[in-house]
Amino acid sequence: MSSDAVGTTSLKSSAHVKAAGWGRGLSTLLRITRMNLRHPGQAALAIGSTIAAVILQVLIPQLLGDAIDQTKVVLGGGATGAAAEQALWVPALLLLAASTLRGLFTMAQNYFAEAVGHHVAYELRLAFYDKVQRLSFSFHDRVHSGDLITLGILDLDGVRMYFSTALVRLLLLTMLIGIGGYRMISTDTLLGFIALSFVPFVAWRSSITQVKLRAIWLNLQERLSVLGRVMEENLAGIRVVRAFSAQAYEMAKFDRASKNALEVAHQQVDVYVPNTSAMTLAFFLAMGLVLWIGCNKVIVGQISVGTLTMFLAFMTILQMPVRQIGLMVNGFARAYTCGSRLFGLLDQDNTIRDVPTARPLEIGEGTLRFDNVSFAYPGTGNRAVLENVTFCARRGETIAIVGPPGSGKSTIAHLIPRFYDVTGGAIMLDGQDIRGVTLATLRKAVAVVQQDAFLFTTTIENNIAYGDPWAKEQRIERASESAQLHNYILGLPAGYKTVVGERGTSLSGGQRQRLTIARTMMLRPSVVIFDDSTAAIDAATEQRIRVAIRRFAKDRVTIIIAHRLSSLKHADRILFVDNGKIVERGTHQELLAKQGRYKALHDLQLRPGDDIVTKYRGAP
Amino acid sequence: MAQEHASEIEIEPNDGGRRPPRAVVGSHRAEEEMFGRAFDQKIVRRIWAFVRPYQATAAVSVAALLIFTGTQLLIPLIIRYAINEAITPAGVDRSALLEAAGAFALAILVNFGAAYAQEAVIGKMAGNVLFDIRRAMFAHLQMVSLSFMDKTEIGRLMSRLQGDVNSIQEFLESSIYSVGDITLLFGIIVVMLCVNFRLGLLTLSVLPVLLVIRIVWLPRARDAFTAAQDTNSVVNGALAEAIHGVRTVQSMDRQQVNFALYDDKAHADLTTHLIAARYTQIMVPIVDGLTGLAMAVVIVVGGSMNGPIEVGALVAYIFYIQRFFDPIRSLTLQYSVMQRAMASGKRLTEVLDVQIEVQDKRDARVLSAEMDCSVEFRNVTFGYDPNHPVLSNVSFEVNPGETVALVGPTGSGKSSAMALVHRFYDVQQGQVLVGGRDVRDLTQESLGLQIAMVLQEPFLFTGTVFENIRYHKTEATRDRVIEAAKVVGAHDFITSLPNGYETQLGERGGNLSLGQRQLVSFARALVADAKILVLDEATANIDSYTEMLIQKALRKLLEGRTGLVIAHRLATIRYADRIIVLQNGQVIETGNHDKLMAMGGLYSKLYDLNYSSFDDIPKEEADATVKAASRT
Ligand SMILES: Nc1ncnc2c1ncn2[C@@H]1O[C@H](COP(=O)(O)OP(=O)(O)OP(=O)(O)O)[C@@H](O)[C@H]1O
Ligand SMILES: Nc1ncnc2c1ncn2[C@@H]1O[C@H](COP(=O)(O)OP(=O)(O)OP(=O)(O)O)[C@@H](O)[C@H]1O
Ligand SMILES: [Mg+2]
Ligand SMILES: [Mg+2]
Repeated sequence: MSSDAVGTTSLKSSAHVKAAGWGRGLSTLLRITRMNLRHPGQAALAIGSTIAAVILQVLIPQLLGDAIDQTKVVLGGGATGAAAEQALWVPALLLLAASTLRGLFTMAQNYFAEAVGHHVAYELRLAFYDKVQRLSFSFHDRVHSGDLITLGILDLDGVRMYFSTALVRLLLLTMLIGIGGYRMISTDTLLGFIALSFVPFVAWRSSITQVKLRAIWLNLQERLSVLGRVMEENLAGIRVVRAFSAQAYEMAKFDRASKNALEVAHQQVDVYVPNTSAMTLAFFLAMGLVLWIGCNKVIVGQISVGTLTMFLAFMTILQMPVRQIGLMVNGFARAYTCGSRLFGLLDQDNTIRDVPTARPLEIGEGTLRFDNVSFAYPGTGNRAVLENVTFCARRGETIAIVGPPGSGKSTIAHLIPRFYDVTGGAIMLDGQDIRGVTLATLRKAVAVVQQDAFLFTTTIENNIAYGDPWAKEQRIERASESAQLHNYILGLPAGYKTVVGERGTSLSGGQRQRLTIARTMMLRPSVVIFDDSTAAIDAATEQRIRVAIRRFAKDRVTIIIAHRLSSLKHADRILFVDNGKIVERGTHQELLAKQGRYKALHDLQLRPGDDIVTKYRGAP
Repeated sequence: MAQEHASEIEIEPNDGGRRPPRAVVGSHRAEEEMFGRAFDQKIVRRIWAFVRPYQATAAVSVAALLIFTGTQLLIPLIIRYAINEAITPAGVDRSALLEAAGAFALAILVNFGAAYAQEAVIGKMAGNVLFDIRRAMFAHLQMVSLSFMDKTEIGRLMSRLQGDVNSIQEFLESSIYSVGDITLLFGIIVVMLCVNFRLGLLTLSVLPVLLVIRIVWLPRARDAFTAAQDTNSVVNGALAEAIHGVRTVQSMDRQQVNFALYDDKAHADLTTHLIAARYTQIMVPIVDGLTGLAMAVVIVVGGSMNGPIEVGALVAYIFYIQRFFDPIRSLTLQYSVMQRAMASGKRLTEVLDVQIEVQDKRDARVLSAEMDCSVEFRNVTFGYDPNHPVLSNVSFEVNPGETVALVGPTGSGKSSAMALVHRFYDVQQGQVLVGGRDVRDLTQESLGLQIAMVLQEPFLFTGTVFENIRYHKTEATRDRVIEAAKVVGAHDFITSLPNGYETQLGERGGNLSLGQRQLVSFARALVADAKILVLDEATANIDSYTEMLIQKALRKLLEGRTGLVIAHRLATIRYADRIIVLQNGQVIETGNHDKLMAMGGLYSKLYDLNYSSFDDIPKEEADATVKAASRT
């Protein structure tokens, strides 16, 4: 399938599933069935037990009827207590045995059916996790994390339930209604048909209802996820909300989303309730008719009271399964929508992956080269973010990149570890096109300190050692010393074991940045990129970090993206990027001599008092 | 020394595999209590407060439920009547049969009506209560102090708002249904005993057996269910983390390690679910066996009793037997639902009861737009943890219309000081004054309207660029928004986006560069049109040239307004009237640029470092500085 099939929109609505038609739906169900059958032992046990349970189940009304007739004989014959008891022992014991056995088989049926589902869920969970971890950045840019989480929880559950609620139940209901119906009709055609008269009605109603409910459920889920998003963003951005005193606005946003969801929740009740009541009514109507006609038949001696009891007992037994037809239909419908969405993701072509001929990256002299690189973010039309970027860096060299916001600096950083693939030109490491080497070796060789760092909810220690979880304590401490964080951490009550919260809310901006620097200093890359990673750090601290970075950089290619002159000026080459193009390049001295845009930046920072605006108004 | 450290980082071999990795997936939060006491009066009272508005409907639903249960009890009795009276050995009693049919028709119609009423009313009411509780919690969270929010994981609050409210709904529904179940159970017992006392007693003797089994079973089963729920939330938490942190995972190449860790958790989840399934299913043969036993007793004893027992009664008994395990089954289940709801209720009330530490005084004043917009810190001492002050004895003054800069090493307390201006937290000692009044004497809302902040972390919401810049100022015109975007130099890039101002932003503005996000968040603060503007590293990720253009454009806008600016890049604060230097939470220098340079203190050192190169620093100092990491 195309890599675009699962977009934000298509994940949210079932529209594309409907459009895909029955062929696709059927293949989805077949695929789930095949996954189920990959556990043949348990599946066979579940199916075998189902059959046994059904046979015993239909035996019970028969036995009940016989027993009643027997009692009638006994009572009618005026037999004495002891003798009567004798005669009744047989049907009673049979009933007990049948009932107990039925219970045992039902237990086995339910258990093994669920077990199959849970095993499939386990496999899918792993596959899903693996896939999500490996899908490219552009996929994650496109799909909201909340939708992905829903997919991995709710949709996965829908597939898990397929075996027990759809497949096994289909077998159970077909057999039960088939055999039960046959028994009744063959005993007394008229009464049998009347007794079964509620079946088509209830089956139809409950199926229709369940299909409707399914649509409503999807709609509800969508609205709840909007509501969830409103709440989650409010809590994550609580400082913004407070800063603007926007509580009233946020409450209004919440109320809108909440009302939308509640409406659909009520709709659910509106659809559900009249139907269950109507189904119960249909059942009782049929039962009333059976009773009326049955009694008349007993009166004229056509059937015995026992037979009538058998009919009534059959009806009670059939009542639940017939209602469950709807649930079964829902089980299929659910597996079909959930499965389509889930497989849609699992079959997603990962745009960034090893080519078949991929070889491990071999680092020799350690040279990074950009050859006429052009790039546009997927899904943004052809708005080029980078155009014909060419530069080269050898081991030990430091390249600095500077430029206005949105000029493409971070994009350059993202292309080197192949977070995205170039759309034109090539990036080479030691003469090997990075698209031709394995991702694992490439990512080991390239480390990025991202501009917008993510921290995990775990200890500081684990966060620093994220890229090298086997590291020794001393190394972690070294790295945090290099990032000027060690003393701060020692001052914390729990030291390195302090848990930092989500996105590090209890750290200052600079502390967070230093933590991400430390995390990267744990690695041994050949190319290391610092993407604006000292912006929230004062000059004195940065100075100290730079000493450490210098040593770290000695036998690597280092790329520093920064706005502060002092971070840039010692680079071997400085690239000034604007609008995706390198507009100036050279050493600090060369660029100053050029009297261009770098010089403008320099003057602005060097002599803050001057009004340079007029001087550089027409800067190229 | 630094040499040594750095080289060790390089050389040390990776002894992978020997020790367990220092790695986890998913946060290891303390386990939460899943089941509470079955009945906690305090919590029930709190929940009841939410039901009270629907009191009348609740009463209707209970009434309908009782009627519904009554008809359920009645139907087997009608059958018995039909069989006994209509088919007498003496002959046929047509009128009795007619009577039975009439009664039956009436019963099922009433049953239909009652079922309808009861389910519709209960379903909607429980839904309403759920949404009401969620709203109350959310509204409360809008007011609780940030110190609570700092400590609390968002995921945890979300599970209150999404998971726990559901178990309250479940609780409401099931507590109403359990009224019906109890009635049904007692009804069946009474009817069975009335119809034939001895037979009734014998049949009912299986009930205690089931009850005992259930009581033994319940605690074990509950443990199994709890374990299954626990592992499930662990697995889902780990998945959510993987999705949120996917970019870091990939760039650090952690996929394999994480996968192995996740596999363990997923496998544990599989195991606990299989165990839980066993506990659920073991009850099936027990109930079925007991049902069979009860029926056997009815047939053997009933059929051979000394004294006539009618066939109709036998038939009725058999119907009752098939029914009377249901209420016991659902009642014991409802017991767990109640316990779970109590635990959820406790967590919900904990959220609802979070102290609002920062609260408007009763006689709080509104900060008017005509105030003089000065800001003053008087001997302020503040710490997130009172024992560890982040700011100690800080005093400074910002006169109306002035622009004052805060500089200082990272972690020195600059952002914290700004948070105090807005009264995100209350000071432990001293006073913060805005417009000449203690912020604690002002309403928080009016404070928020007069202070606009660009936070260090540019947070954007889902929605269009336009909606993000306008934010809560829904009355702001399009021109205002565009004007603000032009001032911060964002207009050009916004118009070049596929749909201009109507472009949907990705999650947290992910499809913009960080600098662009900062510009949008800056524009948002300008649209707020406040008298005091706080810029916390508002242009840290923006080049100096763009920054200078912004400053030029801002200058007109800032006339007559007060500005508080934090920046590490000292060029940013070139226009500041005064500079305050913070270190370790203390003001160590104040004055304008020239004065501070002349003082030769921290500011002048930072200033020199900003523009000098590190080669200019003597070698020994450079080495020493690596060790002497800043204390902050
Ligand atoms: N919400 C919080 N809860 C607990 N501690 C905090 C919180 N926010 C900041 N801190 C701590 O308070 C101290 C001061 O932090 P603050 O954010 O004010 O520093 P800052 O001067 O703004 O630094 P930076 O320049 O790095 O942004 C730091 O040690 C930080 O770890
Ligand atoms: N994930 C994305 N999807 C679509 N467009 C993107 C994405 N990330 C960035 N862009 C766009 O690409 C352009 C370059 O962004 P990039 O992040 O490379 O800028 P930058 O030079 O790093 O800017 P800054 O200094 O603000 O960090 C911008 O116009 C931005 O809007
Ligand atoms: Mg960037
Ligand atoms: Mg700060």
